[in-house]
Amino acid sequence: MEPFDFIEIKVPAKAEYVGVVRLSTSGVANRMGFNYEDIEDLKVAISEAMTNAVTHAYQGAEEGEVTVGFGVYEDRLEVMVADHGGSFDLGKVKADIGPYEQSEPIENLREGGFGLFLIDALMDKVEINSDHGVIVLMTKYTQENKVGLDDDQISTTQ
Amino acid sequence: MNLDINVSDKDSTAVVALAGEIDAFTAPQLKEQLLPLTKESGKVVEVNLENVNYMDSTGLGVFVSALKSTKENNSELKLVQLQDRVMRLFEITGLTDIINIDSTVRGGS
Repeated sequence: MEPFDFIEIKVPAKAEYVGVVRLSTSGVANRMGFNYEDIEDLKVAISEAMTNAVTHAYQGAEEGEVTVGFGVYEDRLEVMVADHGGSFDLGKVKADIGPYEQSEPIENLREGGFGLFLIDALMDKVEINSDHGVIVLMTKYTQENKVGLDDDQISTTQ
Repeated sequence: MNLDINVSDKDSTAVVALAGEIDAFTAPQLKEQLLPLTKESGKVVEVNLENVNYMDSTGLGVFVSALKSTKENNSELKLVQLQDRVMRLFEITGLTDIINIDSTVRGGS
């Protein structure tokens, strides 16, 4: 199996801890050598997943926690954000995401629907599992055009 | 990881100067202060984001609801001096088409 370092953080499912996880994300990404732009993308994507976990999963209930796992690989960072609260209807959520379309009247504009859309736009790969609570697994590569770089070393004229 | 909100009046314009981070924790405070300003007919609400160094969809949500309120109350919302990173979120989500954003002067350094 591919070697990787794993970091796990558990925080209470409260809005005030979204920033704490954001700072941790910044630290991990910085040590992996991500550039400034990518670190900012990661901060937004992970905050969005945290915000979802904090606002959706524990509505009404006071207690609960969110687990964030960082898988640090040679070429990429995998981040898992998991709440253990109630699950949501994934199909419905997917149908609701997307950028603003000019044909939509402003009155219909959703105020909270941009989170998952942003995660998808800012990360290289996103998987969501909502069987038991909600788990968002996000991947970002340290070099976006890694395939292109490797190409140079492979002879194609054999 | 806080947000400072400073409101000052200049004729019929309310200038809302923000400094810090807009996220799930601070967005409710922003909404609470911003929304009442948009309820006054004819009012121009100018939000200065020069010193906002982080924002996510919770901030977009606040500005979308403020925009809706301006349409209902015949007031106006204007965002000025956004940092590049913050501007990018409005671009990705397509909100630059409907929100009045003056991006000629960028914030940050």
